[in-house]
Amino acid sequence: MLDLWVGVFVVIGLAALVFLALRVGNLAGADLSDAYTVRAQFDNIGGLKVRAPVKSAGVVVGRVAEINFDTRSYRAEVVMAVATRYPFPRDTIASILTSGLLGEQYIGLDPGGDEEMLKSGDVVQITQSAVVLEKLIGQFLFDRAASAPAQEGTGN
Amino acid sequence: MSGPVAVARRLGRIVSDGVWRFGFAARFLVMLLAHSGQSLMRLHLTVREIYFSGVLSLLIIVVSGLFVGMVLGLQGYETLQRFGSGDALGVLVALSLVRELGPVVAGLLFASRAGSAVTAEIGLMKATEQLDAMDMMAVNPIARVVAPRFWGGVISMPLLAAIFSAMGVLGGWLIGVVFIGVDEGAFWSQMQAAVDFREDVVNGVIKSVVFGVAVSLIAVFEGYDCTPTAEGVSRAITRTIVSSALAILALDFVLTSFMFRGVS
Repeated sequence: MLDLWVGVFVVIGLAALVFLALRVGNLAGADLSDAYTVRAQFDNIGGLKVRAPVKSAGVVVGRVAEINFDTRSYRAEVVMAVATRYPFPRDTIASILTSGLLGEQYIGLDPGGDEEMLKSGDVVQITQSAVVLEKLIGQFLFDRAASAPAQEGTGN
Repeated sequence: MSGPVAVARRLGRIVSDGVWRFGFAARFLVMLLAHSGQSLMRLHLTVREIYFSGVLSLLIIVVSGLFVGMVLGLQGYETLQRFGSGDALGVLVALSLVRELGPVVAGLLFASRAGSAVTAEIGLMKATEQLDAMDMMAVNPIARVVAPRFWGGVISMPLLAAIFSAMGVLGGWLIGVVFIGVDEGAFWSQMQAAVDFREDVVNGVIKSVVFGVAVSLIAVFEGYDCTPTAEGVSRAITRTIVSSALAILALDFVLTSFMFRGVS
């Protein structure tokens, strides 16, 4: 009788763990056990972090594996692990995007039209940096300041 | 006897007693581990203890988990909807339960429900000289009494914490989706996108294993070390609950600062 209850208890506990792993967590998500790595250099990666998703057309196809600073070009070098079942052309564009206005940052891949596919260790040549909100606001204010006196001069 | 000298002497006594007890607890743990193989060979002893500390704690864990999840659902939605992100309720409920509340609250409940019972049992055995009697019969009380209770607690605790977290998520779902009307798809999919198996779920399980070891060790040690009188046993039970709670909260801070420091 005692053994039965302990058995039931252990089964319920393990079931709770499986529930946490599959229903709450994303263990069943993108499988990256079989992946190839590509590099890309960005002028500014903004708030991109290691393990951030790599998406194409909104589908998670990989994860950011490493972020380094290249001291020769003074740019950020991002290493991405992309699942092998998603091959991308060599002229794919990598850009750093934000999900929502204040969401996390991820890398978006826009496939090009090249016949040849990216191989492990290849470098993505065309990249687009993160949009830094402060710079954008600064630019906006600068434009306003530049155009405001001219408007006042002609308006009145 | 002048004042300052007496104070210094008292302080010295408190510190040296504390250090001595700490050292004794460490030696006790080594003895316990050394005799564990012997007691795990007779598995039914440990299974019995899993029944007493795990199965009998199931009801309080399930009910508290459900209520904690429901409160998180209400409070979380109240705050999130101010920012127009009520859909993120699932993320809030799941992350706070899996990372923190599951292991910590289950640990505190486990200490007061099961830890105190273990201390009382071992303390009473000592007070009624059952442990000495075992020694006389060449039965090692650490292998026969202490080790099974320790391992029973260590095995039960992670399972109870997982059940607590799972019930909490269901409670949050009940309030958020069924009563308030958060979109069911958004609730689960945002949760699954935000909760990482290795970073969040596995780290929560590691925490609960550490808490299980700490609470079980404190419970068996306080019972084994108590003054063998009625008053001594009751004091030992109080000490078990107080030091378990402090140990859980302190260990939780240390573990959290190691696990989630980089947030990378």
